Amino acid sequence: MKFSIKVTLKKDVLDPQGKVVEQTLQNMGMNTLKSLRQGKYFEIEINENNESKAKNKIEDMCKKLLVNLIIEDFEISKI
Amino acid sequence: MNSSIIVFPGSNCDRDIAVALKKFQFKNTMVWHKDVTLPKSDLIIVPGGFSYGDYLRSGAIAAKSNILNEVIKKANDGCLVLGICNGFQILTETGLLKGVLLRNKNLKFLGKDVYVKAVNINNKFCNKYKQDQVLRFNIAHNEGNYFTNSDHLKELEDKNLIPFKYCDKKGNINEENNPNGSLNNIAGIFNDKKNILGMMPHPERMVDQTISGDDGINLFTSLLN
Repeated sequence: MKFSIKVTLKKDVLDPQGKVVEQTLQNMGMNTLKSLRQGKYFEIEINENNESKAKNKIEDMCKKLLVNLIIEDFEISKI
Repeated sequence: MNSSIIVFPGSNCDRDIAVALKKFQFKNTMVWHKDVTLPKSDLIIVPGGFSYGDYLRSGAIAAKSNILNEVIKKANDGCLVLGICNGFQILTETGLLKGVLLRNKNLKFLGKDVYVKAVNINNKFCNKYKQDQVLRFNIAHNEGNYFTNSDHLKELEDKNLIPFKYCDKKGNINEENNPNGSLNNIAGIFNDKKNILGMMPHPERMVDQTISGDDGINLFTSLLN
Protein backbone atom coordinates (compact mmCIF):
# COMPACT_ATOMS: atom_id res chain seq x y z
CA MET A 1 0.00 0.00 0.00
CA LYS A 2 1.37 3.40 -0.95
CA PHE A 3 0.81 6.77 0.68
CA SER A 4 1.85 10.33 0.05
CA ILE A 5 2.64 12.77 2.82
CA LYS A 6 2.49 16.48 2.34
CA VAL A 7 4.39 18.50 4.94
CA THR A 8 3.71 22.23 5.14
CA LEU A 9 4.98 24.98 7.42
CA LYS A 10 2.43 26.20 9.93
CA LYS A 11 0.76 29.49 9.10
CA ASP A 12 2.74 31.62 11.57
CA VAL A 13 6.17 30.21 10.72
CA LEU A 14 8.35 32.33 8.45
CA ASP A 15 9.22 30.72 5.13
CA PRO A 16 12.17 32.76 3.79
CA GLN A 17 12.90 30.20 1.08
CA GLY A 18 9.33 30.34 -0.19
CA LYS A 19 9.49 34.13 -0.05
CA VAL A 20 12.53 34.22 -2.35
CA VAL A 21 10.86 31.83 -4.83
CA GLU A 22 7.73 33.98 -4.69
CA GLN A 23 9.70 37.18 -5.37
CA THR A 24 11.61 35.56 -8.22
CA LEU A 25 8.40 34.44 -9.92
CA GLN A 26 6.98 37.93 -9.50
CA ASN A 27 10.16 39.41 -10.97
CA MET A 28 9.74 37.04 -13.92
CA GLY A 29 6.45 38.75 -14.67
CA MET A 30 4.00 36.39 -12.93
CA ASN A 31 1.99 39.39 -11.75
CA THR A 32 -1.05 37.44 -10.60
CA LEU A 33 0.96 35.43 -8.07
CA LYS A 34 -0.50 36.26 -4.69
CA SER A 35 1.55 34.14 -2.30
CA LEU A 36 3.75 31.07 -2.20
CA ARG A 37 4.77 28.71 0.61
CA GLN A 38 7.27 25.90 0.22
CA GLY A 39 6.82 22.43 1.73
CA LYS A 40 8.00 18.80 1.57
CA TYR A 41 6.57 15.68 -0.02
CA PHE A 42 7.18 12.01 0.81
CA GLU A 43 5.98 8.79 -0.83
CA ILE A 44 5.95 5.74 1.43
CA GLU A 45 5.21 2.14 0.55
CA ILE A 46 4.20 -0.04 3.44
CA ASN A 47 3.69 -3.82 3.91
CA GLU A 48 0.21 -3.68 5.38
CA ASN A 49 -3.11 -4.61 3.81
CA ASN A 50 -5.44 -2.88 6.25
CA GLU A 51 -5.73 0.77 5.23
CA SER A 52 -6.50 2.24 8.62
CA LYS A 53 -3.68 0.25 10.26
CA ALA A 54 -1.31 1.40 7.54
CA LYS A 55 -2.39 5.00 8.00
CA ASN A 56 -1.77 4.77 11.74
CA LYS A 57 1.74 3.51 11.09
CA ILE A 58 2.44 6.33 8.64
CA GLU A 59 1.09 8.82 11.15
CA ASP A 60 3.47 7.41 13.74
CA MET A 61 6.39 7.85 11.30
CA CYS A 62 5.35 11.45 10.73
CA LYS A 63 5.11 12.28 14.41
CA LYS A 64 8.34 10.51 15.38
CA LEU A 65 10.62 11.65 12.59
CA LEU A 66 9.31 13.07 9.34
CA VAL A 67 7.55 16.10 10.77
CA ASN A 68 8.55 18.64 13.41
CA LEU A 69 5.15 19.37 14.93
CA ILE A 70 6.29 22.68 16.40
CA ILE A 71 6.59 24.22 12.95
CA GLU A 72 5.00 21.81 10.49
CA ASP A 73 1.61 20.26 9.64
CA PHE A 74 1.13 17.09 7.61
CA GLU A 75 -1.49 15.45 5.45
CA ILE A 76 -1.54 11.73 4.54
CA SER A 77 -3.29 10.44 1.39
CA LYS A 78 -3.47 7.00 -0.18
CA ILE A 79 -2.01 6.81 -3.67
CA MET B 1 35.37 16.52 35.86
CA ASN B 2 34.53 13.69 33.43
CA SER B 3 33.20 14.71 30.04
CA SER B 4 31.99 12.85 26.95
CA ILE B 5 31.79 14.21 23.43
CA ILE B 6 29.29 12.52 21.12
CA VAL B 7 30.66 12.06 17.59
CA PHE B 8 28.42 11.67 14.52
CA PRO B 9 29.32 11.22 10.89
CA GLY B 10 29.57 14.87 9.88
CA SER B 11 30.55 16.31 13.26
CA ASN B 12 33.37 18.78 12.69
CA CYS B 13 33.73 20.70 15.96
CA ASP B 14 34.25 17.60 18.09
CA ARG B 15 38.04 17.89 18.11
CA ASP B 16 37.97 21.64 18.74
CA ILE B 17 35.98 21.18 21.89
CA ALA B 18 38.13 18.20 22.92
CA VAL B 19 41.17 20.51 22.75
CA ALA B 20 39.34 23.12 24.82
CA LEU B 21 38.28 20.57 27.44
CA LYS B 22 41.81 19.19 27.67
CA LYS B 23 43.14 22.69 28.22
CA PHE B 24 40.97 22.99 31.30
CA GLN B 25 41.85 19.51 32.59
CA PHE B 26 38.53 17.80 31.90
CA LYS B 27 38.91 14.03 31.66
CA ASN B 28 37.33 13.57 28.28
CA THR B 29 36.17 10.58 26.21
CA MET B 30 35.03 10.64 22.58
CA VAL B 31 31.85 8.54 22.15
CA TRP B 32 30.76 7.23 18.74
CA HIS B 33 27.04 7.65 17.95
CA LYS B 34 26.51 3.90 17.50
CA ASP B 35 27.67 3.13 21.04
CA VAL B 36 24.91 2.14 23.41
CA THR B 37 26.50 3.11 26.71
CA LEU B 38 28.09 6.29 27.95
CA PRO B 39 31.21 6.36 30.10
CA LYS B 40 30.81 7.96 33.53
CA SER B 41 30.17 11.61 32.68
CA ASP B 42 29.51 14.79 34.61
CA LEU B 43 29.19 16.67 31.33
CA ILE B 44 27.98 15.48 27.93
CA ILE B 45 28.79 17.56 24.85
CA VAL B 46 26.85 17.36 21.61
CA PRO B 47 29.23 19.20 19.28
CA GLY B 48 28.79 21.29 16.16
CA GLY B 49 29.00 20.16 12.57
CA PHE B 50 26.67 18.73 9.99
CA SER B 51 25.51 15.40 11.38
CA TYR B 52 24.11 13.21 8.59
CA GLY B 53 24.50 16.09 6.15
CA ASP B 54 21.57 17.93 7.77
CA TYR B 55 19.20 15.53 5.96
CA LEU B 56 15.47 15.96 6.61
CA ARG B 57 16.00 18.76 9.15
CA SER B 58 19.24 19.76 10.91
CA GLY B 59 19.74 17.34 13.78
CA ALA B 60 16.66 15.22 13.04
CA ILE B 61 18.51 12.01 12.15
CA ALA B 62 21.20 12.35 14.82
CA ALA B 63 18.46 12.81 17.44
CA LYS B 64 17.35 9.20 16.75
CA SER B 65 20.82 7.63 17.10
CA ASN B 66 21.64 4.91 19.66
CA ILE B 67 23.70 7.05 21.95
CA LEU B 68 21.11 9.83 22.11
CA ASN B 69 18.79 7.48 24.01
CA GLU B 70 21.47 7.31 26.69
CA VAL B 71 22.06 11.07 26.57
CA ILE B 72 18.31 11.64 27.07
CA LYS B 73 18.26 9.31 30.10
CA LYS B 74 21.33 10.93 31.69
CA ALA B 75 20.03 14.43 30.93
CA ASN B 76 16.73 13.61 32.62
CA ASP B 77 18.72 12.37 35.64
CA GLY B 78 20.34 15.81 35.89
CA CYS B 79 23.66 15.29 34.08
CA LEU B 80 25.02 18.50 32.54
CA VAL B 81 24.55 18.60 28.77
CA LEU B 82 25.95 21.20 26.38
CA GLY B 83 24.81 21.32 22.75
CA ILE B 84 26.68 23.73 20.51
CA CYS B 85 25.43 24.75 17.05
CA ASN B 86 24.39 21.47 15.37
CA GLY B 87 24.40 20.05 18.92
CA PHE B 88 21.75 22.63 19.88
CA GLN B 89 19.70 21.62 16.83
CA ILE B 90 20.00 17.95 17.84
CA LEU B 91 18.89 18.68 21.41
CA THR B 92 15.77 20.47 20.17
CA GLU B 93 14.98 17.54 17.86
CA THR B 94 15.20 15.13 20.84
CA GLY B 95 12.80 17.32 22.79
CA LEU B 96 15.34 17.85 25.61
CA LEU B 97 15.15 21.53 24.70
CA LYS B 98 11.92 23.09 23.48
CA GLY B 99 11.62 25.07 20.27
CA VAL B 100 13.30 24.74 16.91
CA LEU B 101 16.11 26.32 14.87
CA LEU B 102 14.84 27.57 11.54
CA ARG B 103 16.75 28.67 8.47
CA ASN B 104 18.52 32.02 9.02
CA LYS B 105 16.20 34.87 8.22
CA ASN B 106 18.38 36.23 5.39
CA LEU B 107 18.90 32.69 3.97
CA LYS B 108 22.67 33.05 4.19
CA PHE B 109 25.11 30.76 5.93
CA LEU B 110 26.70 32.91 8.62
CA GLY B 111 30.33 32.39 9.54
CA LYS B 112 31.59 35.35 11.56
CA ASP B 113 32.28 36.74 14.99
CA VAL B 114 29.31 38.29 16.77
CA TYR B 115 28.68 39.83 20.16
CA VAL B 116 26.49 38.17 22.75
CA LYS B 117 25.48 39.39 26.18
CA ALA B 118 25.53 37.08 29.20
CA VAL B 119 22.06 38.03 30.43
CA ASN B 120 21.65 35.24 33.01
CA ILE B 121 24.72 34.03 34.86
CA ASN B 122 23.21 32.20 37.83
CA ASN B 123 23.71 28.71 36.45
CA LYS B 124 26.35 25.98 36.15
CA PHE B 125 27.56 27.16 32.74
CA CYS B 126 27.94 30.92 33.13
CA ASN B 127 28.74 31.65 36.80
CA LYS B 128 32.26 32.94 36.00
CA TYR B 129 30.93 35.62 33.66
CA LYS B 130 29.84 39.03 34.92
CA GLN B 131 26.14 39.87 34.68
CA ASP B 132 25.49 41.54 31.28
CA GLN B 133 29.10 41.00 30.16
CA VAL B 134 29.48 41.43 26.39
CA LEU B 135 31.35 38.54 24.77
CA ARG B 136 32.74 37.99 21.30
CA PHE B 137 31.88 34.53 20.01
CA ASN B 138 32.02 32.93 16.58
CA ILE B 139 28.93 31.67 14.80
CA ALA B 140 28.87 29.29 11.81
CA HIS B 141 25.40 28.15 10.89
CA ASN B 142 22.63 28.09 8.31
CA GLU B 143 19.81 27.22 10.72
CA GLY B 144 20.21 29.31 13.84
CA ASN B 145 16.96 31.21 13.83
CA TYR B 146 15.44 30.19 17.18
CA PHE B 147 11.66 29.86 17.18
CA THR B 148 9.18 28.69 19.79
CA ASN B 149 5.57 29.32 20.77
CA SER B 150 4.69 32.48 22.65
CA ASP B 151 3.91 30.68 25.94
CA HIS B 152 7.31 29.01 25.97
CA LEU B 153 9.05 32.24 24.98
CA LYS B 154 7.44 33.96 27.96
CA GLU B 155 8.52 31.09 30.20
CA LEU B 156 12.11 31.37 28.92
CA GLU B 157 12.16 35.08 29.79
CA ASP B 158 10.27 34.81 33.10
CA LYS B 159 12.32 31.91 34.45
CA ASN B 160 15.69 33.33 33.30
CA LEU B 161 16.30 30.40 30.96
CA ILE B 162 18.11 32.50 28.34
CA PRO B 163 21.84 32.82 29.14
CA PHE B 164 22.97 34.56 25.93
CA LYS B 165 21.41 37.12 23.59
CA TYR B 166 22.91 38.59 20.44
CA CYS B 167 23.88 42.24 20.85
CA ASP B 168 26.28 44.88 19.52
CA LYS B 169 29.72 45.72 20.90
CA LYS B 170 28.16 47.97 23.51
CA GLY B 171 25.62 45.40 24.59
CA ASN B 172 22.55 46.85 22.87
CA ILE B 173 20.07 44.10 22.09
CA ASN B 174 17.95 44.96 19.06
CA GLU B 175 16.84 43.63 15.69
CA GLU B 176 19.83 45.27 13.97
CA ASN B 177 22.20 43.08 15.95
CA ASN B 178 20.21 39.91 15.46
CA PRO B 179 22.23 37.92 12.89
CA ASN B 180 19.75 35.15 12.13
CA GLY B 181 16.26 36.32 13.09
CA SER B 182 16.03 34.47 16.43
CA LEU B 183 13.10 35.44 18.63
CA ASN B 184 14.18 38.04 21.23
CA ASN B 185 17.80 37.78 19.93
CA ILE B 186 18.15 34.39 21.63
CA ALA B 187 21.61 32.83 21.16
CA GLY B 188 21.16 30.03 23.71
CA ILE B 189 18.57 28.50 26.03
CA PHE B 190 18.28 26.22 29.05
CA ASN B 191 15.75 23.56 29.94
CA ASP B 192 13.65 24.14 33.08
CA LYS B 193 16.25 22.64 35.42
CA LYS B 194 19.14 24.53 33.77
CA ASN B 195 21.25 21.37 33.40
CA ILE B 196 20.91 21.39 29.60
CA LEU B 197 22.27 24.31 27.58
CA GLY B 198 21.90 24.71 23.83
CA MET B 199 23.66 27.57 22.08
CA MET B 200 24.45 28.51 18.49
CA PRO B 201 27.76 30.41 19.11
CA HIS B 202 30.95 28.39 19.57
CA PRO B 203 32.65 29.03 22.94
CA GLU B 204 35.26 26.35 22.13
CA ARG B 205 36.61 28.59 19.37
CA MET B 206 37.41 31.34 21.88
CA VAL B 207 39.79 29.75 24.35
CA ASP B 208 43.09 31.11 23.08
CA GLN B 209 43.89 34.80 22.74
CA THR B 210 46.68 34.18 20.21
CA ILE B 211 44.33 32.36 17.82
CA SER B 212 40.96 34.08 18.12
CA GLY B 213 39.92 35.33 21.53
CA ASP B 214 39.34 34.10 25.03
CA ASP B 215 35.73 34.95 25.84
CA GLY B 216 34.84 31.25 25.83
CA ILE B 217 37.19 30.35 28.67
CA ASN B 218 34.80 31.29 31.46
CA LEU B 219 32.17 28.88 30.21
CA PHE B 220 34.58 26.02 30.88
CA THR B 221 35.84 27.42 34.17
CA SER B 222 32.20 27.95 35.26
CA LEU B 223 31.57 24.23 34.74
CA LEU B 224 34.57 23.40 36.93
CA ASN B 225 33.47 25.84 39.63
